[in-house]
Amino acid sequence: MPKFLHEASLKRHTILDLLFRNLTRVSAFGVLVLLAAIIGSLVVGSMPAIRAFGFGFLTSSDWDPVNDQFGALIPIFGTLVTSGIALLIAIPVSFGIALFLTELSPRILRRPLGIAIELLAGIPSIIYGMWGLFVFAPLFADHVEPWLNDRIGAMPYLGPFFSGPPMGIGMLTAGIILSIMIIPFIASVMRDVFEVVPTLLKESAYGLGATTWEVMWKVVLPYTRIGVVGGIMLGLGRALGETMAVTFVIGNSHELSKSLLMPGNSIASALANEFTEAYGELYTSALIELGLILFFITFVVLSLARYMLYKLGKREGQAA
Amino acid sequence: MNAENTANPKTIIPKLIVRDLNFYYGNDRALKDINLSIAEKMVTAFIGPSGCGKSTLLRTFNRMYQLYPMQKATGEVLLDGANILDKKQDLNMLRAKIGMVFQKPTPFPMSIYDNIAFGVKLYESLSKNDMDERVEWALRKAALWTEAKDKLRQSGTSLSGGQQQRLCIARAIAVKPQVLLLDEPTSALDPISTAHIEKLIDELKEDFTIVIVTHNMQQAARVSDYTAYMYLGDLIEFGDTSTVFTNPKRKETEDYITGRFG
Repeated sequence: MPKFLHEASLKRHTILDLLFRNLTRVSAFGVLVLLAAIIGSLVVGSMPAIRAFGFGFLTSSDWDPVNDQFGALIPIFGTLVTSGIALLIAIPVSFGIALFLTELSPRILRRPLGIAIELLAGIPSIIYGMWGLFVFAPLFADHVEPWLNDRIGAMPYLGPFFSGPPMGIGMLTAGIILSIMIIPFIASVMRDVFEVVPTLLKESAYGLGATTWEVMWKVVLPYTRIGVVGGIMLGLGRALGETMAVTFVIGNSHELSKSLLMPGNSIASALANEFTEAYGELYTSALIELGLILFFITFVVLSLARYMLYKLGKREGQAA
Repeated sequence: MNAENTANPKTIIPKLIVRDLNFYYGNDRALKDINLSIAEKMVTAFIGPSGCGKSTLLRTFNRMYQLYPMQKATGEVLLDGANILDKKQDLNMLRAKIGMVFQKPTPFPMSIYDNIAFGVKLYESLSKNDMDERVEWALRKAALWTEAKDKLRQSGTSLSGGQQQRLCIARAIAVKPQVLLLDEPTSALDPISTAHIEKLIDELKEDFTIVIVTHNMQQAARVSDYTAYMYLGDLIEFGDTSTVFTNPKRKETEDYITGRFG
């Protein structure tokens, strides 16, 4: 005869189990509540500004705390432009890094290089900002910007984007610093997805006489395009929200300029700089609305990334 | 196509000659002093238990092993008299002459049409019309034209497994190689698709020299003219297929083909 547990002890088990299940449930739903609370407070906080400016907030380049006139165009523009520059630089460089690490690098170099890239991703952003301000910006002002001014500044169409005083700080500098910050993310995602490409698929392309470049560009990249786009989105998400590094080098000026050499502002940078000195309900509310806009932009980008990764997962499932 | 061949179909011309070939994975010797010759426009099969070196031997013929730094081959493999293991041999040109099909179908992530055009574009710049013709030619040769002609713009992965493998064969022959290497081409396919591919191999040897690696002895017996039995990196026996299967000279070969071993 098996020995049955005492009835009371059985009951205790049931209660514990119930408690445990509810605890996990509460934790899981807690995340959702938190998310809703953040969105809610952002919306509530920005209501005065929304009421005062409406959709005009998005298209106005006014930023005049003295007269309580606020518009988000400059920070939105700065955020998108710096992130765009960052992607423009980071995507090809990351592709090169990932290609080298998966296809060309000698086996002994793979691990150290991979670790170096991951370390680069772990450097706190304030260090990038300091380095950008004290080391990169002066070098950029002395050597690169005059060159850009002379060579491209005079060109039609392209010229206006690259003319202006060589100050070192500005949107181009911010974009370059951002690109350095996001390269490790994009490169490591690209490397990971290139590594899941079946060897036979690559060998098939090599077997037809394709070169490494042709194999990567025409077979591996199309095969991994979903994961690659996911990696890029991840980098973009980080670039959009980056605060410290950008604040150091963007110039924090509320002026709309076509030239990438001129200082500008980004949403995150404006928030970091101005919250401490925001007086009056409307000023604070305008800043909160900026936050809401940033939240919205990054939310869209990150959900795109999740969607891409989901598709990648399904794809791998098929291949296995 | 080839004058001496139509005059006398029995003429045996060696297409590939392997001399004292040794192969190393790092320090492991995977092939030991292999000598054999592969007849033009015939089917030669390599059989043997797993790990015997049959795929390794096949992969020296297009120097696929070169992708992996720890692998190396010594000796000679002569294609029409020229040593393809020579450092001066251009790999891309070699692979244009020697095509390969793998254990699993590997359609590229692009349309059926582009799958076939992919290899051709690497070597030739054809007009739209000529490319269309080449794609049709390759698909007809691979017995896939009737099934694929209405969906050339669809993804290669939309085909069934057997069709995908025929697509890979079409892709390999579209480049007009002289030799076709088949590395267990039916191991991932169902019996009906396998029968299709075997029938295809029979037709393709009109135009191509075929070397097939297979773990399926019946398949070797059905499709090949010559059979090589390998074991642990040694070439144990090589001869025409009927002799190897009905009257093997070596005890080891007999044990393997009668299923007493392997």
